[in-house]
Order: sequence, then C-alpha cells, then structure tokens
Amino acid sequence: MTARVLLLHGAVIVALFLLQFVASDYAVLTATRIMVLAVYALGYNILFGYAGLLSLGHAMFFATGLYAAALGVTRLGMAVPEAFLFAAVCGVIVSTVIGLIALRASGVAFMIVTLMFSQAAFLTVLYFGDITRGDEGIVIKDDQRVFSLFGHVVNLADPVLRYNIALVFLALAIAACLAVVRSKIGHVLVAIRENENRTAMLGYDVKRYKLIAFVLSGSFAAFSGAAYALLFAYAGSTLASIQYSIHPLLWTLLGGAATVLGPVLGTALMFLLVDFASGFTSASLLFVGVVLILLVLFFPKGILGTLRQRLWRWLP
Amino acid sequence: MTVLLETRGLSKNFGGLKAVSDVNFRVEKGEVRAVIGPNGAGKTTFVSLISGRIAPSAGTILFEGEDVTELPAYARVQKGIAYTFQITSIYQNLSVAENVALAAHQPGGRASLEPLARVGLADRASQIAGTLAYGHQRLLEVAMGLALKPKLLILDEPTQGLSDAEIDNFITLVRDVARDETVLLIEHNMPLVMELAHRITVLDRGSILAEGTPQEVHANAAVQAAYLGTG
Ligand SMILES: Nc1ncnc2c1ncn2[C@@H]1O[C@H](COP(=O)(O)OP(=O)(O)OP(=O)(O)O)[C@@H](O)[C@H]1O
Ligand SMILES: [Mg+2]
Repeated sequence: MTARVLLLHGAVIVALFLLQFVASDYAVLTATRIMVLAVYALGYNILFGYAGLLSLGHAMFFATGLYAAALGVTRLGMAVPEAFLFAAVCGVIVSTVIGLIALRASGVAFMIVTLMFSQAAFLTVLYFGDITRGDEGIVIKDDQRVFSLFGHVVNLADPVLRYNIALVFLALAIAACLAVVRSKIGHVLVAIRENENRTAMLGYDVKRYKLIAFVLSGSFAAFSGAAYALLFAYAGSTLASIQYSIHPLLWTLLGGAATVLGPVLGTALMFLLVDFASGFTSASLLFVGVVLILLVLFFPKGILGTLRQRLWRWLP
Repeated sequence: MTVLLETRGLSKNFGGLKAVSDVNFRVEKGEVRAVIGPNGAGKTTFVSLISGRIAPSAGTILFEGEDVTELPAYARVQKGIAYTFQITSIYQNLSVAENVALAAHQPGGRASLEPLARVGLADRASQIAGTLAYGHQRLLEVAMGLALKPKLLILDEPTQGLSDAEIDNFITLVRDVARDETVLLIEHNMPLVMELAHRITVLDRGSILAEGTPQEVHANAAVQAAYLGTG
C-alpha cells in the first residue's frame, strides 16, 4: 500500500521533470508558476481539507512570504537563500500570531476573522506604498537574483533552472504533506474535522492541533509567496488581495480537498482552463465559473476525491 | 477504600435555572455508582461538569485527590476520566476500527481491537461507523470509552435504544469492566441499575435527593415520590 502511494507521487514528480524536455518555453514558464502556486494550495489543503477549517485570509501569509523575500533582497541586502529563510521565519511568526487569535473562533466566525485580518494586511501593503510600491509592485533586479550556492553561481533568471527549483520545492512540499497526513497529527486533524467534541473528549488537545495545522498551512503559503517573488522577480499588492485568498480554496476544491495531490491537480487545471478559455472568449472567467459550478454539482469531492471514493480507496 | 472522585459544592446555573446545585458527591475506587433521576434532573449536566465539557458556576472537583476544576476536558481525559455521550458521538465517516484507534491514541495504526471484542463488535471493525445500526453505534461509543483505558468510565444512558439481548450483554460487560475500573453510570433502566450498581445517587432538580445501596434507595419514600413512582 505504501509502495503504491510512493510510486504514484514519485511518478508525478518524474513526469514533471521530463516535461521540461518536451514543453515550449511558454509552457515551461506556466508550469513553473503552477508548481510554485501548488505549494500554496498544498498548504491550504492541510488546514481546509484535513482539519476542516476554511480560511478566507491565506493571501496574508502568501503576501508575508512575498514581501519578506522581495524586501529582503531589495532593501535589506539579503542573498536569495537568506531571503527564503527570512520569509519562512516571518511566515511561521505571522501565522502563529494570527492563528492564536483566529482559532478562538470557529465556523463562519473563523472565516470572517481570517478575511478581516487579510484585508487589514492588504490595506497595510497599500498604506506603506513608499516601501511596497502598491499595485505597481516591487521589481527585483536581475543582479539581485544571482547568488552562489556551494560554490556554484545560480541565476534565477534562467527559465530552466527556475523550473527545476520550483520542481524541487513542489516535491518537498508533496513529501511534507504526505508525511503530515500519514502521521498521528494528520489523523487527529481528520478526527477534528469529523467530530471536534468527540476528539477533545478522547483526550486530544484540539486547540494545539488546530494551531499546528494553521501554522503549517500559513508557512507553506509564505514559502510559496517567497518563491513567487524571487523566481518571477516581482511582488505586487494584487498578490495580497482577497482574490489570492480565494484561489487556493478553488484549486483545492477542484482537485479534491483532503487528497495530497488534489491541490496540485486543481492548480494546474485551473491555469489550463483559464488559458484555454481566453483562447476563444474574452469572458474566460465566466467560462471558468460555469466549469466550477458543474464540477461542484457532479464532483462535489473534487476530481481526486471522487476518484478515491469510486476507485482508489488507498489514495492519501 | 480510597476516594477516586469527589465534588464539593458543585453548581451549574443556566441563566436562572439551577441545573446542578451544591452537590457534594464521592465515588470510591472500584465501585459501580449509578446516578438516577427524572428527565431534566441535571444528570448529564453533572457528569459534564466532572468531565470538563462545561465549566461549573461554583464548587470544586477532585480526582485522585487532585483539584481538576480548572483543567480543560482533554487533560481530564488524559488523567483517566472517560466520558461517553448520551447523544451518540462517534466518527460517522470513519471505520469502526479507526474510531477505536483514535480512542486508543493510535490513529491510523494497528490499535488493539480488544475493546471492540468486549462490546461484541469485533466482526464489524472495517465497517464505516455511520452505517452501523443505532444500537451498535451506542456499543461503539462504549468501546471507545474502554479503549481510553480510563480510571473512571462515565456512561451516560448507555443502554438507551438497545435491544433486550444487547442489554443482557451490556450487564456482563459492565461487571467485567468494574473489575478494574470505576464506573459512573447514568441510567433510566431501573432493573439494570438495581442489578449493577453498588450504590445509587438520586438527583432531583439539581440536588442529591438520596444516596445508598440499591435496597436503601428503593425503600426511600422521597425517591418513590420523585422518581420511582412516575418511572
Ligand atoms: N446548555 C444548556 N443551556 C440551558 N439549559 C440547559 C442546558 N443543558 C441543560 N439545560 C437544562 O438543565 C436541566 C438539566 O438538564 P440535563 O440534561 O442535565 O438533565 P438530565 O438529568 O440529563 O435529563 P435526561 O434524563 O433527559 O437526560 C434541564 O432543565 C435542561 O433543560
Ligand atoms: Mg441526560
């Protein structure tokens, strides 16, 4: 059973590795973007899919990483690896603080609290326009993206290198998710989602487990934000807006909440769908909307969720 | 005999309603204690206070001599106070085995199926819990309580909705459990209480009306009036 799981997830990574040898430059760029954002979705899924907590404010964590990394290299003179580390630490701190407050609420109140915090973060980004440059955004110069690692010079402007870095991040994120989901923590999170009262009355510290899920999820988001800023040399306020809180929710729902690969598949499909639709209509979002509605009607558990229900019971 | 659980002046008000009012109560290690009383007497509220599901308005709770009044529910469970819900509360969408594994704190792993065997559900381990018949869901709830290996097992109307045959099995089970654990049993089924309990506490309108051996309680005139006469 474990062999099957490893095989499937390994095959996905290998397939993505091989993709760069056959795909066009444009496809490589899109796939890079998808992989970076899939890390965001993977983290979102830990909180939403497994722990059953619907956050409407994850853009604040994505933006935390995004701006920490962008400001780190442009203003604080950090090298790229330091900026990643800095962004990750900021992600952990911000999600811990927000989590401690937001998790006092549950259900709809939790959704609203996370939404409000995220809006406050978004407005903060705009308010400090001198530093963040608002929706025009921070552009990272090419020489700020060159660094040396173990004696090698690495230039993030190289699209193939960038693709492979994104792939490494995605692989690590998938591995981390698998580890979490199959650990005691993962099972307790599912238990909390299924019946919170019962779980507390079995002697589990529900608050602590929820906070763990929240911080894991926020940290994935921050890391993804940092990767986005550094790989694509840009950090703008649109990426901190409510839209970016909704995206990971849609990606997760589309691919299948509470399946490890669902968010990855969902992110990819959504990109392809938007791309495909904008090829023949200017109302591409309407098209995507219709597809999503059909999906919710016919595959309420998302694509992989439905597959697991009908065929692959072993899918984690 | 050592006292396992003690409450002193325990009270709970819901607005103006005194659901539990100044209850002084002791349970000794190894005993099977029944708590009986008419509907709305405050039995569920009383054991919810003990298990920590709700906070008391006044009073203290001692478990093994330690003041646990301020402890959150999960920490009391870890100390050995297990609670089974009056309204069945299991993981409907998970397998019967996973329900027990969660209770044994070995989720996803190979937890012992012994608690399932004790309630007679061993052959249903792989079934999804929500598809069990109601009576079996009640028994699963009890099995989860057993899997916790508690020092004090609180059973809130465990036989509600069970068939006569299942109740017979249940009596055997509680006797078996009582050999190494203390049981606090809330029950409406009087013959069952008479048969199982070492001592009985009668609650009425939030206060203790009487307490004693089954024979003493049965003979008590006030209890007759408040409860047995109507039940
Ligand atoms: N959360 C609550 N809020 C307000 N009132 C409550 C609450 N819980 C219980 N009560 C009230 O407290 C009283 C005691 O209720 P409780 O459930 O403890 O009784 P019980 O003895 O368990 O009854 P039953 O035999 O029907 O289970 C009842 O009058 C009930 O309506
Ligand atoms: Mg009750």
